[in-house]
Amino acid sequence: MNKNMAKKISIEPKMNYDLNLLQDMYKKMLLIRRFEEKAGQLYGMGQIGGFCHLYIGQEAVVVGIQSAQIDGDSIVTSYRDHGHMLACDMDPKGVMAELTGRKDGYSKGKGGSMHMFSREKGFFGGHGIVAAQVPIGAGLAFSHKYNGNKNVSITYFGDGAANQGQVYESYNIASLWKLPVVFVIENNKYGMGTSVNRSSAGENLSNRGKPYGIKSEIVDGMDILAVRDAAIRAIDYCRSGKGPYILEMKTYRYRGHSMSDPAKYRTRDEVDKIRKTSDPIENIKLLLNKMGVEDKTLKDIDRDIKSVIAEAAKFAQDSPEPSEDELFTDITIN
Amino acid sequence: MTIEILMPALSPTMEEGTLSKWLVNEGDSISSGDLIAEIETDKATMEVEAVDDGKIGQLLVPEGTEGVKVNTPIALLVDTNESPHASIKNIADKPYLEKEKIQSKPTNDKTISIEANSSLITVREALRNAMAEEMRADKNVFIMGEEVAEYQGAYKVTQGLLDEFGDKRVYDTPITEHGFAGIGIGAAFGNLKPIVEFMTFNFAMQAMDQIINSAAKTLYMSGGQMGCPIVFRGPNGAASRVAAQHSQCYASWYAHCPGLKVVSPWSSKDAKGLLKSAIRDPDPVIFLENEVMYGQSFSCPDDDNFTLPIGKANIEKEGNDVTIIAFSIMVGKSLEAAEILKDKNINAEVINLRTLRPLDIDTIIESVKKTNRVVTCEEGFPFSGIGAEISAIISEKAFDWLDAPVVRVTGKDVPMPYAANLEKLALPQVVDIVSASAQVCNED
Repeated sequence: MNKNMAKKISIEPKMNYDLNLLQDMYKKMLLIRRFEEKAGQLYGMGQIGGFCHLYIGQEAVVVGIQSAQIDGDSIVTSYRDHGHMLACDMDPKGVMAELTGRKDGYSKGKGGSMHMFSREKGFFGGHGIVAAQVPIGAGLAFSHKYNGNKNVSITYFGDGAANQGQVYESYNIASLWKLPVVFVIENNKYGMGTSVNRSSAGENLSNRGKPYGIKSEIVDGMDILAVRDAAIRAIDYCRSGKGPYILEMKTYRYRGHSMSDPAKYRTRDEVDKIRKTSDPIENIKLLLNKMGVEDKTLKDIDRDIKSVIAEAAKFAQDSPEPSEDELFTDITIN
Repeated sequence: MTIEILMPALSPTMEEGTLSKWLVNEGDSISSGDLIAEIETDKATMEVEAVDDGKIGQLLVPEGTEGVKVNTPIALLVDTNESPHASIKNIADKPYLEKEKIQSKPTNDKTISIEANSSLITVREALRNAMAEEMRADKNVFIMGEEVAEYQGAYKVTQGLLDEFGDKRVYDTPITEHGFAGIGIGAAFGNLKPIVEFMTFNFAMQAMDQIINSAAKTLYMSGGQMGCPIVFRGPNGAASRVAAQHSQCYASWYAHCPGLKVVSPWSSKDAKGLLKSAIRDPDPVIFLENEVMYGQSFSCPDDDNFTLPIGKANIEKEGNDVTIIAFSIMVGKSLEAAEILKDKNINAEVINLRTLRPLDIDTIIESVKKTNRVVTCEEGFPFSGIGAEISAIISEKAFDWLDAPVVRVTGKDVPMPYAANLEKLALPQVVDIVSASAQVCNED
């Protein structure tokens, strides 16, 4: 296990962080955690079908990065996308209703867990093919540059995707054309059931940007403050026109690759140890305590979030299935 | 001893070229490897090197001559110690100068009548004009691909675009189809209108996942939010003598997939009108060109606003006895076949599909009702091909109108061979269309 990951984040109050910001980040991470727990439950009840990839354990990555973004930045990720959508302020009701395949889902029930989008929120999916989103993210960055706006593209992919060829084709072009794209590698140690050590040659995935002249950092993805700091550096760099940037987030997923994964490739012990020592939500909770936020306030936050999620779950089960007419809509625009 | 220097073939499909400049004079001594002339093909201007040592005895073709056929003698090389004139006398009775009529215009021009407000231009020029016009009209239109900018296009289709629009609109990409196709799709999601050129569609197989899974399906999977206004274009089908990996028709591959529009022009008019429509279209369009057609000239409307609708076929020739359905290069072959069929008292109708998805089923069915006999033509493989689809549609929608089974003329069910004779056998020829048409007309 990576040293950075094992170490607890510092719980010394960091006075340069605004308390409201920390509370917001805590709320968002908790929203994602509770949402995913509920999605797992609904899957068990047969309300959600197909593949369902939960983000539990990785919350600090997307929330930390999102805290460094501005309006108009675009986000694209893989099929483990529920957390990214909630971080973009997409409505939990619409996300959950898509998971249940109902008409009020973000894709009218036609996309499912892996394929959701919100142009309004700058979320460009939700892509089911491993690494397909990487050139798409570079293309979104191309559109920002072409339009001369100051926005950047945040392009997430996992350690498994990091071995796909189009990632390097994208690195090459992004660097040649100085595209404003932050490549965020969410290294949760396993591409499905194969550990990084068994699938990826070389030392760190972040090193792979070096031959292309792309600046990179390794970040403790369980420490939301470290994530935020790195994201600010990376995004500033891209925004100022210097080209792409790679952030390798060392993170961990507590659940299996998908709901149907028995996770025999790692020990229960390994998971428990990380939960106990590095849980991003527990750590920021401790920090908030230290900064004088009372337990009651934190409990109130948790209660409010649980009620948001309960409402979303009810909405997602009450929403009707899409009308049969929808079968033949949205194939082409004209 | 005198050696004839012949007009060289500089590409697989080159049949003739312009001798734009002599770099030597009569009487000059040259060594193997020296540059002797500049030759311009429809693709590029290239320098020609001497392959022997000697002295230039005579320049047979003056510089500036257009339409010089490949293998025409263009100069005579004599031994350095020989008097040029003496040796030329020895071959003076060679009749090639009279026999090889040097033409100043491409051969297919003479039979073409130019329509009103139109000009005679090549398919290549029509494609280029369509892109340039749309780039002038909409600043969100840009082009990317291998060699599209500084090299002016591997097949010269993008010639001059870099000069006119600059490097913020015209991008040379590395040879990474998978990556740049995906980047184009991302740019289209970001509200730009990319034209992605594949040097040939054979290489687009590298990008298939992005084209199908990302470009074609995302609108549906997003419940209508994520339009992808992108054009993938480039030569499709067989070129000439480039063997199996570089000669394949992908029409049925793309036409199979919901979410795509698939267009395949034949003439210059098709090329301009359809490419402009494709660029303006809000959906991903696969635009299948044909390398062999690039240099052919047709009458083409001059109007900057001329477009042809996607999804509409054109009846190129009306007839009553048999419907020949074709697209791309096979339209020309079908028209040739129709001419030959006249001598057999068969009046063929020739439909140019123009679009393969959505297919203009109405035009096909109306024609079947008139002729009751159908031959489909394509360069692609027969199994699960465009002809198979058309045949199935006719069975479903016009079975009672048929007087004979639909016959498919297709490429043979083999990877394209290299050898000239085998390649010819593998590709559908005019004679195949003639005999298929005669066959369906003789069945009652």
